[in-house]
Amino acid sequence: MFHVNEILQTIEMIKSRHLDIRTVTMGLSLFDCISDDKAKTAAKIYDKVCQRAGKLKAACDTLSARYGIPIINKRVSVSPISLVAASSRGFAEAALALDRAAKEISVDFIGGYSALVHKGMTDYERQFIMSLPHVLSVTDRVCASVNVASSKAGINMDAVRLMGEIIKEIARATADKKSVGCSKLVVFANAVEDNPFMAGAFNGIGENDCVINVGISGPGVVCGELESVKGKDFAEVSECIKRTAFKITRTGQLIAKEAAKLLGANFGIVDLSLAPTPAKGDSVARILEELGLESVGAHGTTAALALLNDAVKKGGVMAASYAGGLSGAFIPVSEDEGMIEAVRKGALSLEKLEAMTSVCSVGIDMVAVGGQTSAATIAAIIADEAAIGVVNNKTTAVRIIPVEGMTDGEVEYGGLFGTAPIMKTSPYKSDGFINRGGRIPPPIHSNKN
Amino acid sequence: MVKKMRAVISVIGKDKKGIIAKVSGGLFDVNVNIEDISQTIMGDVFTMIMMVDCSQSALDLSQINDLLQKIAVEMRVEIRIQNEEIFNSMHRI
Repeated sequence: MFHVNEILQTIEMIKSRHLDIRTVTMGLSLFDCISDDKAKTAAKIYDKVCQRAGKLKAACDTLSARYGIPIINKRVSVSPISLVAASSRGFAEAALALDRAAKEISVDFIGGYSALVHKGMTDYERQFIMSLPHVLSVTDRVCASVNVASSKAGINMDAVRLMGEIIKEIARATADKKSVGCSKLVVFANAVEDNPFMAGAFNGIGENDCVINVGISGPGVVCGELESVKGKDFAEVSECIKRTAFKITRTGQLIAKEAAKLLGANFGIVDLSLAPTPAKGDSVARILEELGLESVGAHGTTAALALLNDAVKKGGVMAASYAGGLSGAFIPVSEDEGMIEAVRKGALSLEKLEAMTSVCSVGIDMVAVGGQTSAATIAAIIADEAAIGVVNNKTTAVRIIPVEGMTDGEVEYGGLFGTAPIMKTSPYKSDGFINRGGRIPPPIHSNKN
Repeated sequence: MVKKMRAVISVIGKDKKGIIAKVSGGLFDVNVNIEDISQTIMGDVFTMIMMVDCSQSALDLSQINDLLQKIAVEMRVEIRIQNEEIFNSMHRI
């Protein structure tokens, strides 16, 4: 029999501290859908997604009822469409098929409209990238990502420059919807193949045919537990976070295992990320403040985040049979109530945010900048993030929204995307640097053989 | 022997007469066996934890939950039923 306090602790975490399973994501290989005909490829994609993931929502509902824990998002990630549709060149057709399938099976996002161009870009990959503004403006649920750099290959600066231009085009193409298309595109360095979180999820080329990857959550739980070590030293803080992360992750492990069983899929990974939402009490920023900072963005924020990120992994990795994905604290601006407030009051700048991304996942995430920001400046922001990822052997990403027609104020996206205050970029130009083109070579420590 | 399907039922709310009777009566009607029970009252907050075995019941967990939610509304308390595995996962290594 469990002790009453154990039962009540679990209930309290779920009821008052927003403990939930953030996402159960089914990774699907679409390589068996490849054909040289656009319509045929699209039809095969639609059929496979509907057939394999058709019961995803029902399975998650069953598990949610069985264990009494909410499962917030049910999602699907697929093989990079730049490869799946390379032969037929039916990129937009494939995207529309994914969008229809997502609606048919009631998943809110489907990821994998993706390309991996960190070393070089083929003709079909360029054509794929050029399709992004159209695709992200005519689909609702398709998420895209492009990997432009890796620790092994360096930074493909031609791709970086192109992505700066493409992001501007997406912003214009979805200007009537506050440039929301940009929120569905992630530009990566060192993208991972088993990420369950949108918008950057895709099913990597080394993955199984059908896998279940689970993203946990629980910033509110960590924040609540930290109240019990107020004023104590960092050893106790770290222990407290580790213990909590262990418990949170074990629930993720349970759900991942059972979901894989119900759906006849392989168990993939548990992603040990603390993922915030705009809801009060579900914020990563507030954890950093609980550690003793007046506001996130104050000096000391990077150190606090490094401690948090490391302790979450140490606790979580013991609880999961396979940890993977992004596994680190997320710091999206518009999706975290504490981050939004810090930007509003001028406590958090883009520069400080960039420093924070060197010690956690994932990067400049859900940041809105003024519509006047140039393509070269956006490319330069991507290049800076990619450099942090490449040199530190970690994943970094940029999900930035140059909001068409706005120079300041804030943009309300609603739901999980939250509210994005427009952040200031440097007034100085980076064009000369971005226009050089070519590839920045990988760092010397990538030569490990 | 049928494998046990253990679940934890938690009842939290303002203390009043008949909570245990209502819940245990409801469970008896649908052939859910109560294996252990503990209750505490702090101030006027009543907390009851029951360990039950649902393997003999014709109902599944969500149907048993529907039944419990009717009692919860009637008695104005919160009732949850959760498969014991979530507590095993979280609190046992």
